Amino acid sequence: MTKVNVYVTLRESVVDPQGIATQEALQTLGFNEVESVRIGRLIQLELSGTDSEVEARVTEMCDKLLVNKVIEDYSFEIGEVAGK
Amino acid sequence: MRFAVLSFPGSSCDVDMYHALLDIVGVGAEIVSHLDADLNNFDAVVIPTGASYGDYLRPGALAQSSKSIDGLKAFADSGKPILGVGNGFQILVEAGILPGAFLRNKGLKFRSGNAKLAVQNSTSTFTSIYEEGQQITLPFAHEYGNYYVDADTASQLQEQNRIVFTYEDGNLDGSVEKIAGVLNEQGNVLGMMPLPERAVEEIIGGTDGLPLFRSILKNWSEKNVNHA
Repeated sequence: MTKVNVYVTLRESVVDPQGIATQEALQTLGFNEVESVRIGRLIQLELSGTDSEVEARVTEMCDKLLVNKVIEDYSFEIGEVAGK
Repeated sequence: MRFAVLSFPGSSCDVDMYHALLDIVGVGAEIVSHLDADLNNFDAVVIPTGASYGDYLRPGALAQSSKSIDGLKAFADSGKPILGVGNGFQILVEAGILPGAFLRNKGLKFRSGNAKLAVQNSTSTFTSIYEEGQQITLPFAHEYGNYYVDADTASQLQEQNRIVFTYEDGNLDGSVEKIAGVLNEQGNVLGMMPLPERAVEEIIGGTDGLPLFRSILKNWSEKNVNHA
């Protein structure tokens, strides 16, 4: 069994109002060194297949459903599920 | 003329749309489940608003897993009219039938109320009874009403006169080019965030949505009714 972490973030060209609000809140709390906050989402998948199969299938899943490429970018990491 | 109101799990305003079409506009209408949607017997399809599939992942996204989307794409290719309002617009965008994507409202809050709109294109199948530039008021209710397209697509939409409605009261949710409603390239698919089916009777606050449905009916009648 393979575990995949898919990281979905808003594209650089897209304004992230949640990130901006969070950055302002951090600065209010004294974290003045924070220059940018971007908020994305983590999708965790567990699936079977060889690494190359998994890579091809997850890419297809991202392109078809998990990611809207008009506004989002993605990357993913493939790892073993511990104990399996 | 017969309308299908295509209903997904979580489409909560299918009955409002059905009522507007059948009882007020006076056309044939049927609420069709996405599971057994055979759209071939209909002259137009409307996708109502609500929160299909719980708005999970992204609003409208999970509807792509429904078999009805293939039928919807074929219906769009056939040139018959498709109208998606609110979540129905989000479904059309996520299915790739209309361009763009939806972001959370600029103010990060769900907002509802009455939107002041301008009719930018009064030549479409959906708007030919309105006057060019006419100001109308339609209700809206959304958290993901911030329509996004990149700059190239936005100028293409303008050049092709595909921006049908714009927000004229501050564009508070942040849509690119104040877009409230947009057409596909062929001109037979309209997506809009304001809700015309909630403005068809004076008793509920206004009738500015009526000309939209009547335009669809008029344009269909001119093509299909034999005036012998």
